[in-house]
Amino acid sequence: MPSKKKHNTFPRGVHPGDFKELSKGRPIEALPPPAEVILPVSQHIGAPAKPVVAKGDEVKKGQLVAEPGGFVSAAVHASVSGKVKAIEPRPHALGKPVQSIIIESDGRDEWAEGLLGENDIDALSPEEIREKVRNAGIVGLGGAAFPTHVKLGPPPDKPIDSAIINAVECEPFLTCDYRLMLERTADIVAGLRLIMKALAAKRGYIAVEANKPDAYDLLAEASAGYDDVDMVMLEVKYPQGAELQLIEATLGRQVPSGALPMEVGACVQNVGTAVAIYEACRFNKPLIERVVTVTGRGAGKPANLLVRLGTPVEELMQRCEASARINKLILGGPMMGLAQYTSEVAVIKGTSGVLLMTDAEEFDYQACIRCGRCVDHCPMGLVPSDLSIICEAGKVDEMMEHNIMDCKECGCCAYVCPARRPIVHWIKLGKAALAVQKAKQEKKSA
Amino acid sequence: MWAVVVALVPAGMFGVYLYGFDALVLIAIAVGSAVATEFIIRKATGKKQTIGDGSAVITGLLLAYIISPGSPWYVPLVGSVFAIAVAKLAFGGLGMNIWNPALAGRAFVLSGYITAMTASWIYPSQDQVLGELSRSGVILKPTAPQRRIDALTTATPRAAIKDEIKVAQDPDWPGWTDLKKAGARPADWLRQIRRRNKTSYKDSFIGTRGGCIGESCTLLLLAGGIFLLWRRIITWRIPVIFIGTTGLLCWALPVRFPGGTAWFAGDPLFAVMSGGLVLGAFFMATDMVTTPVTRKGMAVFALGCGIITAVIRRYGGYPEGVNYAILLMNTTVPLIDRYMKPRKYGAGR
Repeated sequence: MPSKKKHNTFPRGVHPGDFKELSKGRPIEALPPPAEVILPVSQHIGAPAKPVVAKGDEVKKGQLVAEPGGFVSAAVHASVSGKVKAIEPRPHALGKPVQSIIIESDGRDEWAEGLLGENDIDALSPEEIREKVRNAGIVGLGGAAFPTHVKLGPPPDKPIDSAIINAVECEPFLTCDYRLMLERTADIVAGLRLIMKALAAKRGYIAVEANKPDAYDLLAEASAGYDDVDMVMLEVKYPQGAELQLIEATLGRQVPSGALPMEVGACVQNVGTAVAIYEACRFNKPLIERVVTVTGRGAGKPANLLVRLGTPVEELMQRCEASARINKLILGGPMMGLAQYTSEVAVIKGTSGVLLMTDAEEFDYQACIRCGRCVDHCPMGLVPSDLSIICEAGKVDEMMEHNIMDCKECGCCAYVCPARRPIVHWIKLGKAALAVQKAKQEKKSA
Repeated sequence: MWAVVVALVPAGMFGVYLYGFDALVLIAIAVGSAVATEFIIRKATGKKQTIGDGSAVITGLLLAYIISPGSPWYVPLVGSVFAIAVAKLAFGGLGMNIWNPALAGRAFVLSGYITAMTASWIYPSQDQVLGELSRSGVILKPTAPQRRIDALTTATPRAAIKDEIKVAQDPDWPGWTDLKKAGARPADWLRQIRRRNKTSYKDSFIGTRGGCIGESCTLLLLAGGIFLLWRRIITWRIPVIFIGTTGLLCWALPVRFPGGTAWFAGDPLFAVMSGGLVLGAFFMATDMVTTPVTRKGMAVFALGCGIITAVIRRYGGYPEGVNYAILLMNTTVPLIDRYMKPRKYGAGR
């Protein structure tokens, strides 16, 4: 099926090496529950969750420990059974320390009551699906961690006609989604059916990058019985799996600048999210674990691990025989993942990979020579060179003029920059500076 | 950056072959003073040294390539100092300069040393020198001892033709009787005039013609340009559109004579291989810092360069317009970048 045919794609982008062979052959293994889990109240986009347990409380696996702090927010559940040891700020994968619930495992790994039912998923109403997803604390597992129940509940004036399963995994090194596609094929399709039902979407799509023909074939086979589900093969290119690029490649629609995909009747869910939705609806299982790829030259034994949320990253490193020569630790993939300043962080809902690098060079950047390569590759049609200069100089007033908020931080610009400028880094700083200024202005006018 | 230096060296070596050791000295002065100026100013202002990026070397090389081989030693010196100190560092250094430093340096010395810059052209080859001497009756026959004559000044092919046309535009010019006999239409007149004073395609291509030190060898400059294309340091857009537009317009633009106007009678091949077009289009108009960042913008920029070059050549006071064409278009780059932004994703089709 693949090869010769011209696959769907999007304009611009880059072709980084994929390095997936390190871990793509490793089946998903469950990492034993750790002695202690660290559960930040903020593992998603939106308001932080509010703890509903106190220090000293006994909790069971799957028990709610923090409830959503608003509509755009997500619940947090205990990922082991044991005792709440502390609620205090801890290092967080996104940078700043975050209030976290620390649970000491009692080693019994007991499920909380009322979970592990077995529902007839075909009998669930759209409302019930959303409710179960919300109760399970599910967020987008591709990395962005946007609360899934919000995506599944669009306002009535924005009907969704197309639900897309993001089976692209365009980030180099990562293979956790690929393994799910091979090992949980039927569950992904079942997840898609639930998503389509919740959205009342007429069509479902499963979009796979052309470098995973085996996964494509399995998914095609598993979804063959459904006339309203289409398989889509996409060109191998980064960032093919970015939400907006994926919608354009799959449906030929462009989401207007600043709007959400629902604007064009589309909803994208990652394969991991689809599995989580299936498990939540079928077994009432909350999101307490996810698959994480541990890879890189610094990993003696790269692996795809099913890991309890809150597991210290150091445990994953130990399990994969991390080399002592590691000089860079990235959570996520190399393009969009975040380099960590400490290994004392824990796996959160959005952690798709632990990338251990031994040969990350330190380098100096040079002045922008306006070569325009970033402009040629920016999938969002921006001028990253200008943005980097403006953000480096902290010219907050000019940032909006250069469409800074349209930047999705995919990293194509920094990847192709011959002067090795940390463009995305500056754009992120620029966005932060912009937010500070906005807050000041609002304060003034209030 | 160093790849650009590599791409430039052969054409410069050819210049040294044509004009001898003096040309090498001029090149050395230009490069040396460019690098020294950058070093001293960065040191004096307490900034990080940037001479290692090779851009000062390129500026020096390019400047030397676009001055005449008979220039006195201070011409490349002053040009390089101006190029680096004023045109580049005063604007904030590499990446911030508005004009191509080498071209700005040349424009500066052109206005400062107009005679040195426009009247010191040299016949590049001994055969041409001896041929010219025997034609003019200074010597009877080129023989061995007389080969000691090392240089004779001349006009460049572009200047020669420009002068010829200017003379012919005078209605009282005695040559008109011959011309009118030879060709009935104004276009033919122009062809005849050109034929009277024309450098052969071979000389233009190989580079054995009068001109600046490094601009004449079309062959080696093209090779350098292709090398840069292959290394993906430049893209085809600017050189191809620039050269194409210039060639097309030099062919098409009308020349007015007392008895009629000649349209579509220029020689596009001569237009492309004469003057500094190939050097300018591949090595100066592609200077990333001073050109637009978008593909559309690059096309507009190159088109503008071509139009201005052709118009200056045809109607301006100078025989060559590449220098000012690129400088003028450099000035428009912020404007082009402002209006030629790529279409933002999600901005509507």
